[in-house]
Amino acid sequence: MTDYLIRGANVLGQGIADIAIKDSTIVDPDLLDPDGSDVELVNADGLIALPGLVDMHTHLREPGKEDAETILSGSRAAASGGFTCVHAMANTAPVADTAGVVEQVHRLGRTAGYTEVVPIGAVTIGLEGQNLAEIGAMARSAARVRIFSDDGICVSDPLLMRRALEYVKTFDGVIAQHAQEPRLTEGAQMNEGVVSAELGLPGWPAVAEESIIARDVLLAEHVGSRLHICHVSTKGSVDIIRWAKSRGVEITAEVTPHHLMLTDELVRSFDPVYKVNPPLRTEADVTALREALADGTIDVIGTDHAPHTAEHKCSEWTAAAMGMVGMETALAIVVEAMSDYDFDYRDLARVMSATPARITGATGHGSLESGSSANIVLIDPNSTHTIVPADHATKGRNNPFAGLEVSTSITDTFFYGHRVFSGGELSTPHPAGASWTDQ
Amino acid sequence: MKHLLDTVSLSREDAISILDIAEEMAQVSEREVKKLPVLRGRTVVNLFFEDSTRTRLSFEAAAKRLSADVLNFSAKGSSVSKGESLQDTIQTISAMGADALVVRHPGSGTPHRLAHTGWIDVPVVNAGDGTHEHPTQALLDAFTLRRALGGFCASGAVKDGPRGRGLDGAKVAIVGDVLHSRVARSNVHLLANLGAEVHLIAPPTLLPWGVETWPVTLHYDLDEALHSEEFAAVMMLRVQHERMHESFFPNEREYARLWGLSAARLAGLPKETFIMHPGPMNRGFEISAAAADSPRALILDQVENGVSVRMAVLYRLLTGQEETND
Repeated sequence: MTDYLIRGANVLGQGIADIAIKDSTIVDPDLLDPDGSDVELVNADGLIALPGLVDMHTHLREPGKEDAETILSGSRAAASGGFTCVHAMANTAPVADTAGVVEQVHRLGRTAGYTEVVPIGAVTIGLEGQNLAEIGAMARSAARVRIFSDDGICVSDPLLMRRALEYVKTFDGVIAQHAQEPRLTEGAQMNEGVVSAELGLPGWPAVAEESIIARDVLLAEHVGSRLHICHVSTKGSVDIIRWAKSRGVEITAEVTPHHLMLTDELVRSFDPVYKVNPPLRTEADVTALREALADGTIDVIGTDHAPHTAEHKCSEWTAAAMGMVGMETALAIVVEAMSDYDFDYRDLARVMSATPARITGATGHGSLESGSSANIVLIDPNSTHTIVPADHATKGRNNPFAGLEVSTSITDTFFYGHRVFSGGELSTPHPAGASWTDQ
Repeated sequence: MKHLLDTVSLSREDAISILDIAEEMAQVSEREVKKLPVLRGRTVVNLFFEDSTRTRLSFEAAAKRLSADVLNFSAKGSSVSKGESLQDTIQTISAMGADALVVRHPGSGTPHRLAHTGWIDVPVVNAGDGTHEHPTQALLDAFTLRRALGGFCASGAVKDGPRGRGLDGAKVAIVGDVLHSRVARSNVHLLANLGAEVHLIAPPTLLPWGVETWPVTLHYDLDEALHSEEFAAVMMLRVQHERMHESFFPNEREYARLWGLSAARLAGLPKETFIMHPGPMNRGFEISAAAADSPRALILDQVENGVSVRMAVLYRLLTGQEETND
């Protein structure tokens, strides 16, 4: 493996320093001979260094929907977006509800070699909300699953949710809830509000999300379990989570880049690129989410990267699939969304790397301290450019930010010491194949 | 004006212009030969993804009276029912040479989407999309109201009809299932834009969340509203059968009792109040036979005027002209 000396980077935006990578580990720069034949110098003048990003929420579509995304194409998108670890949701075909499927996803991720792919296991068999999936077997498999979610579908049965929360305590697992009361959202097509009233699209009320979060917070408190709320999208949800945290409930919450940036006004175009679950909400919700991310009520950014084939988006609104891609634009969008807040690069590293790494137990990520695994991203904060989805590594072209001008771009991603993204271009996968996490 | 997709973005000037052209078109309907040669050689495609005999026939009659060729495409029995995508359907029709699309679709926004995707570059007329809008219905309602309130014969040819006018000051009640009604949405915007004072009367379950932002006055109680206001016209909305068992209200009897235009309520209305309904009616449910058949009912005038208004819309979109050269 090549060793690297990253020179002149602004580390976490806190000052210029060198970062040395030796044997896939961050070391004291003095330990590295810059003139050594196996040391590559990286000029990082003007660049910011952050720990490699960790995404708690992606859909890599494999197995089953390889025309929308594969673990390889999704991994390449992750590396391009600065993510050194991504969690793959369970709603594949077959569903990731057995040790066999999660091990397959895990193995394909290792073979791809661009990012650490960590499978999320289903809570219930087939995401059907009837019976618990083999959570213990998935936890004890080679994939070592710790996060369980029926994402895409809410675990709406309160008793089943209680049991799941209790059961995962066996191995300090987390239930990641997709909070959507199913009866309140039957046929729902967009946020219920002034815009849905005018457009005549069946509405998706905020209370459908908030009522589930309120219930689950109380359940988690009652049984003393860890609860994670996926893609929080409303002001009311933020209030409930803030209240729960003040009571000491072990709850963490996530927001997507698109919910920090876009509102339901965009649905007036009837362009299905804006169709997503949970739906785009209002300006007041966007403001509340930004404030919650800044003050720590919301812990992490999760992209909810959801690629779809063109035929599922190039249709009428009501027939279109829900979801947006976003791994490759996440960091730039969060920077734009938070530009008016007291939110610096340390905060960015906290919500996009250190905290998601801590919640998920991704021990190789989240830190630039000496001795840490060399998972590092370099970003250029002054590289104004226009977002062009066709240029992205993901197969999904359903990026809602097409045409938007942003200031920040990813220049380099180091993945366990290997430069998988280099000077703004995808490079080679990690040469160690399946062995890096065993280091 | 390239398309007619909704009334919310229709200017007062354009709306009045369409109503005035429709006055001209109404003259044609009285002639021995009910045809104008203005769209000869043009093809209007009626693209109906949802069953609707009345609206389709009305558009077909309108196009034929303008001498256009008409192609009818209905989703049932077509490739759509075999899973063909909207894009492929539209591009197929485009390849056959359509000059205008008249689209009805069960999904809100589909005509808007067709007008903006680049799959086809012809004028699109929304003939009803989901629970969004039904602009030609609102235009024919406005046309009928403008006639009736101006003291003219409500339908047919009228010499020196109410051209150039709006509906300024007219107090109009729309009663019933506003939530699921594209007719209500189109009427709220159009009638308000033409200067009418629009009142919505419905149980809270059948009003959309956020309705307070609309340019309307709201009432839950029909009797109270009829007692406190003098309406120039009361428009009853159809309640679809599938809504009757979804707990929007306890049962049909209670709905009819509280929000139906019964014979007793009809008798209590001022003599000048007109009765309207976009059809098809549920007699004995939202409207009693006494009201539907009353001399004050404009329901058949609405149907008749529908042809003139749709002629005006097609004429306006396909020729880009404001008035006929008749």
